[in-house]
Amino acid sequence: MQRRLSTWLLLAPAGLWFAVMLVLPLCFVVVFSFGEREAAGGYVPAFTLAQYANLPSRGTAFLNTLTLAPFGTVLALLIAYPLAYFLAMRADPKWRTLLLILVIVPFWTSILIRSYAWIFILGGQGLPAVIAWLGFGSVRLINTPFAVMTGIVYGYLPLMVLPVYVSLERLDKRLLEAAADLGAPPLRSFLQVTLPLSLPGVATGCMLVFILLMGEFLIPAMLGGGKVFFIGNALVDLFLQSRNWAFGAAVAVTLVLIMLVTVSLYMWLMRRMGGVRDDVALM
Amino acid sequence: MQSQIDPGAQGQTGDRPLIAEFRAATKRYGAVLAADALSFGIGKGEFLSFLGPSGCGKTTALRMLAGFEVPTSGDVFLDGERVTDVPAYRRPVNMVFQHYALFPHMTVAQNIAYGLMQRRPRPDRAEVARKVDRALDMVRLSGFGPRRIWEMSGGQQQRVALARAIVNEPKVLLLDEPLAALDRKLRREMQIELQTLQRQLGITFVLVTHDQEEALSMSDRICIMRSGRIVQAGSPLALYDQPINRYVADFVGKSNFIDGVVSALSGEGGQIETASGYRFEGRVSGVLAPGAKASLSIRPEQIDLANSAHPGAEPVTVINRIFLGEHTEYLVRHAALGDLLVLVARQAEAAAGSFAPGAAAFVAWKPETALILPQD
Ligand SMILES: Nc1ncnc2c1ncn2[C@@H]1O[C@H](COP(=O)(O)OP(=O)(O)OP(=O)(O)O)[C@@H](O)[C@H]1O
Ligand SMILES: [Mg+2]
Repeated sequence: MQRRLSTWLLLAPAGLWFAVMLVLPLCFVVVFSFGEREAAGGYVPAFTLAQYANLPSRGTAFLNTLTLAPFGTVLALLIAYPLAYFLAMRADPKWRTLLLILVIVPFWTSILIRSYAWIFILGGQGLPAVIAWLGFGSVRLINTPFAVMTGIVYGYLPLMVLPVYVSLERLDKRLLEAAADLGAPPLRSFLQVTLPLSLPGVATGCMLVFILLMGEFLIPAMLGGGKVFFIGNALVDLFLQSRNWAFGAAVAVTLVLIMLVTVSLYMWLMRRMGGVRDDVALM
Repeated sequence: MQSQIDPGAQGQTGDRPLIAEFRAATKRYGAVLAADALSFGIGKGEFLSFLGPSGCGKTTALRMLAGFEVPTSGDVFLDGERVTDVPAYRRPVNMVFQHYALFPHMTVAQNIAYGLMQRRPRPDRAEVARKVDRALDMVRLSGFGPRRIWEMSGGQQQRVALARAIVNEPKVLLLDEPLAALDRKLRREMQIELQTLQRQLGITFVLVTHDQEEALSMSDRICIMRSGRIVQAGSPLALYDQPINRYVADFVGKSNFIDGVVSALSGEGGQIETASGYRFEGRVSGVLAPGAKASLSIRPEQIDLANSAHPGAEPVTVINRIFLGEHTEYLVRHAALGDLLVLVARQAEAAAGSFAPGAAAFVAWKPETALILPQD
């Protein structure tokens, strides 16, 4: 009995927080999504599927998010893995902490400011000017999907590097000696031992980056210049500018559903593939 | 130092041809000399052990053979070929790691098959399965193939590690303290199993251990190591009976040491004089000159414990008595010679009666059972 009570007490703060700040608003959003828009903007209670029927009008935002988020995740992984591998396996332990801190240093500055920096780098006076000077003609970088992608990968790289680094760092290096001892050349021992055993870190990193990317709006707004819209930008627009709360709610509910489905699918896949112990499947 | 020894002093590999050889193999880690010009051969089919205290370079020697460490200077030969720079994955040797290093993401069978699957051209699946089954059989784990590694007990994991190595039929099997993590009883069982396996397979085994009992009971030949060098190598019996110095005698079996200087030498025999003026006869083992510092070594089981004085006996006081089953171990104190360990067989004790701590007693030993040894 005593134990029961203390368990509840332990859970109470977080439970309360989630109930008030997450579950309740989510309920509102779901209810709103079946309502209608008031002429002056806002919400009129109703029960209609009209808002959901209207979703295709925001098709581009969905398309952009659903292509750039997975693509950005994969690109971040491709860049992060070698870096994490170097940090965990090759870097001199003396320098390792310093290098890790360097990976995290960008977090010390707001992403807003860092994105401004990218506006200058990718803007007319930046890289394109250099490219033109080198004689490769004039290119446009800012306000393109490329710019958004660059910003995304740059911004989320540390979130990918850290979990992958942790799983590689924890890997028992003697396993690699065992593989070599049994006749596996370096590349094969990487593919057969290192890679499978670092999958939990890869999974965690991908989940983190992917989920956050699905809701991203700042980077597309700044580096996409209103031309590369994410669902997040659509939501900002619908709730704050057009004040079409009902439609905004429908878009939000759809986004949550898409995330739920992809994340569940992903977890199911990881479990099937890895066959690793449950407690290490997500590190 | 007696460690600069000629090949003859290293014990014989018998009439076996050499399967592996170190030639002045040296390994430095910064200022640490982990292997100091190791030169010796390992005979085909031999069971060789490296025995020595922690940090003396046993693992380093083994790792140079496996290919995980490249000697700073000198060479390593395997089956007549110089393999000094050959990477581990191209050497026909396999290792059983101290903490097993089994692949956690593979089943028991996949672990064991790993080495076979690395061969090119890839061996036939059915053939691999057959070999894996046979290896599982040998380590008495038939039917455990589909299990996950974490579903196996420590002792079972040990066997999997062993199976994973022997399935490749290596020219030399390297074992780095393979039994250190097992409890006493299981360790004893595995020792017997290892020995049987070695005889069945005819593979050369090189074992690293700091458990002298393990080395003594299993090996054809033991290399006693200290600070990166081999102090003495020989059969367990030779090391026990003819240690070349006090260090070896101390490492192989228990012994009592009485320090002094050589006061007389005559052929096989000699005499040592302690600082307090006692003189003892003994058989000389190792290289000694008159006047050299030496130690008299007497094995605990060679000392007689009596309750009455007799010629040649020394008076002692019993300090402690430990019942060990077959034997009883006494710690006795002599006024001038210090503490001595005495091992009394159960039968002898039954006949002569036992001694309680604090009792007076007399110790004596036959001079021919005592050894006079160089101290270093
Ligand atoms: N990678 C390394 N870097 C630096 N020094 C090392 C390294 N490996 C071993 N040494 C040093 O070399 C010496 C021999 O080490 P080694 O591991 O061979 O000892 P060992 O006889 O196997 O000891 P133990 O019984 O404790 O396993 C030790 O002094 C050790 O500190
Ligand atoms: Mg060791």
